[in-house]
Formats: sequence, C-alpha cells, structure tokens
Amino acid sequence: MKKRVLSFLTAAVMTTAMILSGCSGAQTAATTAAPAATETKAETTAAKTEAPTTTAAAAEKKEIVVGFSQVGAESDWRTANTQSMKTTFTEANGYKLIFDDAQQKQENQLKAVRNFIQQDVDYIVIAPVTETGWDTVLQEAKDAGIPVIIVDRMINVSDDSLYTAWVGSNFLQEGYDAVAWLDDYLKKNNKADSDINIVTLQGTIGSSAQIGRTNGVEEKMKDHPKWKMLERQTGEFTQAKGQEVMESFLKTYKDINVVIAENDNMAFGAIDAIKAAGKTCGPKGDITIISFDAVAAAFDSMIAGDMNVSVECNPLHGPRVAEIIQKLEKGEKVDKIAYVKEGVFPADTAAAEKPKRQY
Amino acid sequence: MKKREKIDGKVFLLIITIVLFLVMYAAGLIIFKSKGFAKPQVFLNLFISNAGLIVIAAGMTMVMITGGIDISVGSIVALTCMMLAWMMEIKGMGAVPALLIVMIMGIVFGLVQGFFIAYLKLQPFIVTLAGMFFARGMTAIISQEMISIKNEMFLKWAKSKINLTFLGGTVNKKGMVNYSFIYPSVIIALIVLVCIFVLLKFTKFGRTIYAVGGNEQSALMMGLNVRRTKLLVYVINGFLCSLGGFLFALNTCAGFVEQAKGFEMEAIASAVIGGTLLTGGVGNVFGSLFGVLIKGTIETFITFQGTLSSWWTKITIAALLAFFIILQSLFAKAKEKH
Repeated sequence: MKKRVLSFLTAAVMTTAMILSGCSGAQTAATTAAPAATETKAETTAAKTEAPTTTAAAAEKKEIVVGFSQVGAESDWRTANTQSMKTTFTEANGYKLIFDDAQQKQENQLKAVRNFIQQDVDYIVIAPVTETGWDTVLQEAKDAGIPVIIVDRMINVSDDSLYTAWVGSNFLQEGYDAVAWLDDYLKKNNKADSDINIVTLQGTIGSSAQIGRTNGVEEKMKDHPKWKMLERQTGEFTQAKGQEVMESFLKTYKDINVVIAENDNMAFGAIDAIKAAGKTCGPKGDITIISFDAVAAAFDSMIAGDMNVSVECNPLHGPRVAEIIQKLEKGEKVDKIAYVKEGVFPADTAAAEKPKRQY
Repeated sequence: MKKREKIDGKVFLLIITIVLFLVMYAAGLIIFKSKGFAKPQVFLNLFISNAGLIVIAAGMTMVMITGGIDISVGSIVALTCMMLAWMMEIKGMGAVPALLIVMIMGIVFGLVQGFFIAYLKLQPFIVTLAGMFFARGMTAIISQEMISIKNEMFLKWAKSKINLTFLGGTVNKKGMVNYSFIYPSVIIALIVLVCIFVLLKFTKFGRTIYAVGGNEQSALMMGLNVRRTKLLVYVINGFLCSLGGFLFALNTCAGFVEQAKGFEMEAIASAVIGGTLLTGGVGNVFGSLFGVLIKGTIETFITFQGTLSSWWTKITIAALLAFFIILQSLFAKAKEKH
C-alpha cells in the first residue's frame, strides 16, 4: 500500500510540475526577450519630456504594464480589436501587456481585474462584456490608484470618476459621414436638385450603434429638404431580417432611391432582396446602398458592384488607448471620451483599400 | 497494512486535494514572486470571486453523497440574480423582501425536484436537466435584457469592504496603501460551509445521508427513511442554490440570462476534485472548498502569467479531473480487495 501511496504522490507532483513548467517556460522566454526591447524603449523614454520623478520611479517607468480584459473572440471585429491591442502594447513600444480573455463572462472579467490590481499593473483596460456590475471592482482599482480605461462598450456606474477615459466609436459621427457622402455623391451625379427617397434598415433598437447612426442621419438630413425618409424599420443587425424588411419596403414603395443599412449584414440582405425583385443596385444600378461597419465582406460586395459605400466602425483601439496612457504618464489631463478615427469607404476605392484592411 | 486502516481512503483523497492546492500555491509564490502573488489579497480574492461557487459546491457535495446529481444549479443562480434585479429595479421592491422571495423560490425548486427524485424515483440527472432548462427559460422570460441592480441597500451590502488591517497593508507603485479586505459574501459562504460540515458529520441526518449514498438497500433495511432524507437534501440544496445566487449577484450586481452558464459543471468538478465520489457515500465539503480554491488558483496563474489563453484553465481542470477519477477508481478497487 505504501508503494501505491507513493505512486499517487509522485503522479500528483508530476502533474503540477507539468503545469508549472509550462508557465515558467513562457516566463523565462518573456524575461529574456525584455533586454532586447529596452534599447528601442530607451529612445522613446528619452524623447519624453523630463517629468520631476525620483530615480526609482524613472527606472520603473521604463516598462508600462497594461492589463487588458477582453470580452472574448466572438467576431472578426473583436479579433481585430484584440490584435490592435496586442500589436500596440508590445515590449518594443515600452509596454508589457497582460491579456485576459473573459470568454463572454462578466464574472471572469471581475476576477481578471482583481488579479490585475494585485499584480500592480500601471493601467487597466477593459472591453466590458456587460454595461453593469462594475461598481465594486472599479472602486477597488480606484483605491489602488490604478487608472481604468474602458474601450468599445460604455459602462454604467454610479460614479463617473471610477474610470479615467472611454475609447470607442462615434456612432453619431458615422451617421453624419453617411449623409455627407450621399450629398457629395448626388452632386457628382448631377442629382443634387432631384427628389430622393430613402429607407433605413435600423439595427437592434436601443443598441448604441443604432441610436447613434439613426440620430446622426436624421439630424443632418434636416439640411436637405429634397430628401425624404419613407420609412425606418429594424432589421436587428442580421442578414435574414434585413432581407425580409427590404422585401416589404420594395412592395410598399415603388421609387426607392437610397437604402441606408445600419450594418453590413443587413445591407447584404437588402441587396439580395433588391436583386430578387428584379431591380439593380450599386454604383451602376438604380438603388444606392449605404452601409456601416466596413467589414471585409463589405469590400467584396463593393468590388462586385453591389454596394456604394460603407462607413467604418473602427476596431483598432490600441493606438488611441496608447495615446491616452502616454498623456497620463506625462501627468496631462485626458478627455473622458475619446473617439477612434473612422473612415468612409466608397466603392471606387474598395479594390485599392482591401489589401490594406486588417479585419 | 495496519497503518492504512487509520488513514482510510476518504481522508486520503482529501489530503491529496489539500496537498495539491498547497503545492500549487507554493509554486505560484515562487514563480510569480516578483508580480505580487505573495500578497494576502491574492488569496482572499479566491474567496471573493468564488463565494457563490463555494456555497453551491457545498450543496452539490451533499447531493452527490446521496448518489445523486443536480445540474440545475447554474440556471437557478441565473434565475435568482434575474429575480433579484427584476424585483428591485422594475418592481421597486426592497432588498430584504426580494431576498426572502428568492430564498423561498430556491426552496420550492428543491422541493419539486426532490419530490420527483425521491418519491417518484426518477433519475436525478433527467429531473435536474428539466429544472435547468426551466430555470434558464424563466430567466429569459422575465427579461432578455440585462438588468443592472442599483438598489441602494443591495449595493451597500455588495460594496461594504471589510478591511483586515491586522494582515498589514502593502504600498503599491502609485504610493497607495492597500489593506487586505473581504466582502460580507465571503463570511456568509464560510459560515454556510461550516454549517453543512457540522450537519454532515455530527448529526443523525448527516450520517443518514452517507448511509443512503453508500448503500440505499441496506439503509432502507436499517429502517432509515431514505425518501425523506433525499427530499430534504434536495430542499437544502435548493436553498443553497438561491443563497449562492445571491452571493453571485452581490459580486456582479446584475441580472442577465447568460449569467452563470456552466456553473453546475464547475461545482461538480470542484466536488470531484475535493474527493466526492460520483457513486455516492463519500464526500466532504471542505474537500469541495479546496476544489474551488484549486480552480481559482489556476485562473490566477493564467492571469498572472499574462500571455496564456484563459481557456487553459479548462484544460488544466480536465487534467485534474481525469487524475482524480483515476485515483478514485484505484481507491475503490483497493477497497474491494479487502
């Protein structure tokens, strides 16, 4: 029996050893890579203005530790968002990134943030799974004096001072951009003075993307008395629902000139519906398609000549977050709300832009 | 051989679990020394983040000792959180009545499931599978949207930090002094754990539970009321589920249909790692506590390490489960020989 006990124990020790050697192996790899990075880092820190700090603090400043808790990997957009963080917060840029995938679970994010605090990170970046439930853990971060930057979704907390800044898309601006593009497009095609009939496929009602885009378009349309919004209806951000709603629009209205789809998937559905009804769309067709998000498939659709334009919803938050961190490092004030730069991609540039796209 | 009689298999499995936890934690202290793993707060966070799971795992252990299983617990946790959020935020109820109602809900849920299992002799797996779907479905019926809890009293409970100043404070990089702290949820979880431990070890009812799980036939022949015992176990478990759900809600402050998915499996895994036999008759709530702590430690490792995918937690748990199941079967075989 003693033998058996012994064999159990050795097995136990071996399994733990296996697990740990896995961790420690990666650990040493990380530390050996560090010296190579310090040289490049030296340049960036030297370029920085001299802050009145003690030598000890200066030595620590060399590497800024950032803990990032990501929602998961549910979409291409999300993956691009993660990649942006990983490529921005590299050791070569003077950062050390601690990345945690929450697997779509809020409770995992809470655990991750608590661990970040204990690891004494310099900054905590959260792409929240949910808007709520952040009060306690962010209070813990505040008590520890660690600035928190929220990306993508907004959070709902009782006290705004619990986070330092928010980085994300300006959906209202995306709406403005869509109208500005349409105005330009009509002028180019000598239709500036003709009546334009528009229908909108809205996103899931109440989502921040839907509210921003709908309001943005509505606000700017007031400047164009000749444009008429025939109807708005939700397609819930899905291709199937977008197609269904577009079919009913086509039955009701005979003279639709422009379709605004609040994301690319609904635009694809609308294009299918238009083609099935025997009409044409795209730059050479009867109906102009305006879409949002500018995912890879939208570029394919534009190259194929179906879609006219897609307004970008940029997932590349990394550089903007880094900008904020650099400002905070210098002791400067930062804006509570920071938008990422977002472009407008019309069909004629699609073929040239596609290879440059990261998502 | 004589020595072996003293350290019987049950204790042996428990010791292995505790040793494994200590070895893992010690390894963490060595590997992540520079990253602050040694802070007492890292250890306390295991309890803060898993207070709900500790309570649920204690209930699960009790159910598994009777030879049963309950896979509805995760859904009941979600239902509890949602009901709390809905009653307080949409219906404007006070925190105390809302809490009382969810506790009653948990007990009723346990009563119904227990009745089906104990008196109608249905398979626990199937009964609780139905319970799992029912509770998750009800959660979605109440609201598909996430409801954020803003009730003042509830938030006061959730946010009341208990500073453990005697553990000393640490000064971090920003020059802030941080004391170790816990939340009331941790204290509730530990009290529940002790209560269940006493119930199982030192009461007639507790010994009956072991007897029922060990061999139902002989328990019956001894004149024990097997059906009532089983029913009561499921009722207590139902109560613990809603209590665990309450602790879970204190941590997340929200009701949401996707919450606590897979929680039942985490509870079962913790119990198994803690030395509870799936066949019944053997188990210890403190073992399950260490099962939960082991899971928490692995998660902490992954975040401290910083580059590994968090899915490695699941893979490591799988390896540990396999290890403990093999251990259990070897132990059962050794028992047969005697």
